[in-house]
Amino acid sequence: MSLLGLDAPGKEVLLMGNEAMARGAIESGVTVAAAYPGNPSSEIIGSLAGVAAELGIHVEWSVNEKVALEVCAAAAASGLNALVAMKQNGLNVAADFLLNLNLTGILGGLVLVVCDDPSGISSTNEQDTRIYAKLADLPLLEPGTFHEAKDMIRDAFALSRKIGTVCILRSVTRISHARGNVTLGPIPRERIKPFFDPNVRLMALPGAPSHVLVHERLKRAEEILESAPYNIYKGPEMPELLMITCGAGYLFSQEAISILGLSDRVGLLKIGTTWPLPERMILNSLAKASRVLFVEEVDPVLENNVKELYADNNSCLPRIEFLGKKSGHVPAVGELNPGLVIQVVSRLMEAPWGQSGDEESRLAADTLAKFAPPRSLAFCAGCPHRASFWSIKNALALDGRNGILFGDIGCYSLAVLPTGFCQSKTLHAMGSGPGMACGFGVLDRLGSEQPSLAVCGDSTFYHAVIPALINGVHHSSNFLLIVLDNNATAMTGFQPHPGSTLNAQGLPAKPLRIEDICQSLGVRTVIHDPFDVSGTSLVLWDLLQKKGPRVLILRQECALVRGKKEGRRSKVSVNPTRCLGEECGCSRLCTRVFRCPGLRWNPTTSKAEVDEAICIGCGVCADICPVGAIQKEKQSA
Amino acid sequence: MKEPYNIVITGVGGQGNVLASLLVGAVLVEKGYKVTIGETYGASQRGGSVMSHVRISRIQQYGPLIPPGLADLVIALEPAEAVRVLVQYGYQNTVSVVNTRPVHPVDVISGSMEYPSLDALFERIESLSKKAYFVGATETALELGNPILANITLMGAVCGLNLLPIVAEDIEKAVKTYLSSDRVEMNRIAFLAGQQLVDGLGSHCQN
Repeated sequence: MSLLGLDAPGKEVLLMGNEAMARGAIESGVTVAAAYPGNPSSEIIGSLAGVAAELGIHVEWSVNEKVALEVCAAAAASGLNALVAMKQNGLNVAADFLLNLNLTGILGGLVLVVCDDPSGISSTNEQDTRIYAKLADLPLLEPGTFHEAKDMIRDAFALSRKIGTVCILRSVTRISHARGNVTLGPIPRERIKPFFDPNVRLMALPGAPSHVLVHERLKRAEEILESAPYNIYKGPEMPELLMITCGAGYLFSQEAISILGLSDRVGLLKIGTTWPLPERMILNSLAKASRVLFVEEVDPVLENNVKELYADNNSCLPRIEFLGKKSGHVPAVGELNPGLVIQVVSRLMEAPWGQSGDEESRLAADTLAKFAPPRSLAFCAGCPHRASFWSIKNALALDGRNGILFGDIGCYSLAVLPTGFCQSKTLHAMGSGPGMACGFGVLDRLGSEQPSLAVCGDSTFYHAVIPALINGVHHSSNFLLIVLDNNATAMTGFQPHPGSTLNAQGLPAKPLRIEDICQSLGVRTVIHDPFDVSGTSLVLWDLLQKKGPRVLILRQECALVRGKKEGRRSKVSVNPTRCLGEECGCSRLCTRVFRCPGLRWNPTTSKAEVDEAICIGCGVCADICPVGAIQKEKQSA
Repeated sequence: MKEPYNIVITGVGGQGNVLASLLVGAVLVEKGYKVTIGETYGASQRGGSVMSHVRISRIQQYGPLIPPGLADLVIALEPAEAVRVLVQYGYQNTVSVVNTRPVHPVDVISGSMEYPSLDALFERIESLSKKAYFVGATETALELGNPILANITLMGAVCGLNLLPIVAEDIEKAVKTYLSSDRVEMNRIAFLAGQQLVDGLGSHCQN
């Protein structure tokens, strides 16, 4: 029995926030769970998939977030408890359905977990899901600890069943991707037989009637949540400063008060039911406050909602100074951290904290500059994407018409940086690169002479690229789609996708081959190995001269996946007599330009060398060296 | 153990920080501690600096990030990363255990930046720590056949120095529970090899 499925109520185990939420779903009798992978949410469904067989539940990686929500809505409509998870960007994909599902309501239990990524640690944006809750008039809960994340899922299912609609849980990176002690609860074993009552119609209708029902459900949610154990006040009766916080801000605020020794002067109101707000409790706290500081991540959602509540009730409340993002006391963007919160509270309360002075800060900066060179993001050693973008760079240079490569979401997003030779010129959303390339590809009829290209990954191809390709075929757009097929959803942890032969649960699945899909649309489709760098450049150049929509699949397994399975492919080394170093005239092509982390430049010998602890032996650098100084020998093991 | 005891495990994406912090946390939760771990995943892992914050308490669940200047122990899989962490999180009582093998950042590989000389780097780590231990974990891992084992080798060294109350049997059990049975043996060997590297030094440590 795996840890997540462990039937040991009362036992304390170490779980990641995402695993705690998965465990909460198990303890709520979840029977269907679906998601499209996206950090920081991926481990919720990933860990549930690992126990699906032993628990007899259905868990899937759906093709995209909208379909995942639809899969779960069907299960809930059949009386089951279903869990759908996604990252903040994914909610945009699912939003069209969500903003109609809220109108019809749902019959079983449906919990939507959205993991926000303040500062965009592994995202292109840091949008705040809480605004969607207000937009859709759906209840939203926010856990402040890992254990609470588990319990909140359980209560979210209960709430969803009681009020008959979707309940949202917003997590953030520092909850989802942190680990802590979680006490296990019992696992229910009884299973409901799915049944969709044919007398029921879940039909979103335009106009007022269903919108009125949405408001009524939210009102009921407010009544039920008013007594939730997730809203807590800690502190003196009449605090000099009232901090109102939620999510990861809670533990940071608690520690700031403790480190500064302010527990008898500062009060902490932690809100777990962010929407609808626990109005009575907040009004009670405001009645005793004179200064309020909001500590929350990304947008001033609590801040604005509490101020609105204050405005509605100000006749019976004292004069209050509100501090937070609007006042500039808390940064308006980005993630919170304990140092930042301590600093804000220390200044407001004039409570000294051992902050380093100007001279110490200068010394620290000097030490970092001398001894800790910054680390730019880069493709892994032996990553096939590096080879692909090398060939794209060469082919575009050979073509000479200023071709534009539209980028997309995945590891290969890094191609906007030097690691991908700055080849991608755009980076937005899943599938938007091919969509834009399709649009750029019709501008030739308006006089444009630039070739149009896009890259996407294999998982992204299924998620959102197919409609752009169909659009391109229908409108005879002139563009080249390059699918970087590394046989994995690599960025998020190597999850399977519709091209895989195994599904989330590790069971055999029907793989849909990218080339079959493209060819069925009548698109000229070529497959090539990106590790053949000179050949790939020529194939690319040739395709660039053709008309209409074209697809080039550059197929080579993710270096991390292959490395785990097979170890190092070849032993690569630099022959020090052949490498001419600075004298060569290649201007250090292997290290200065190709810059694979498996290579090093030795300043003493002024020659390249291979870092045997990092090189995975793909051998691409051997093909790039103009004098053949880099050698590869196949390894048998 | 100091209350709370704050550890930063640092390195470069791909060196196995997450696994090292998971195993330490799993063992200590089993021993009755409250452990909180905060770490980075995703894009920032690709060639970037990666930190895991591990907070150990007998009393309460701490937040997932250590406030600046409060790390009691810095475990660095890469020496320049030790400096990066010590500057922000170290204080006068911080102990460092550092893998000696550098991983060159791409900007060093490309020639636009320089990696510091190792002697000066180690000296700076010592000056930023109450006590610093230098361990050739990657070289040992390469001898064992896989450089990725440097993480568990270094953890073996940390525990061999008596900086954490963890023995090889604990690691075996945690690998079995949190990972898989087939990974127990190689991790056990790496852990013991790490303990060997600091043989005789452990009695000088107090924690």
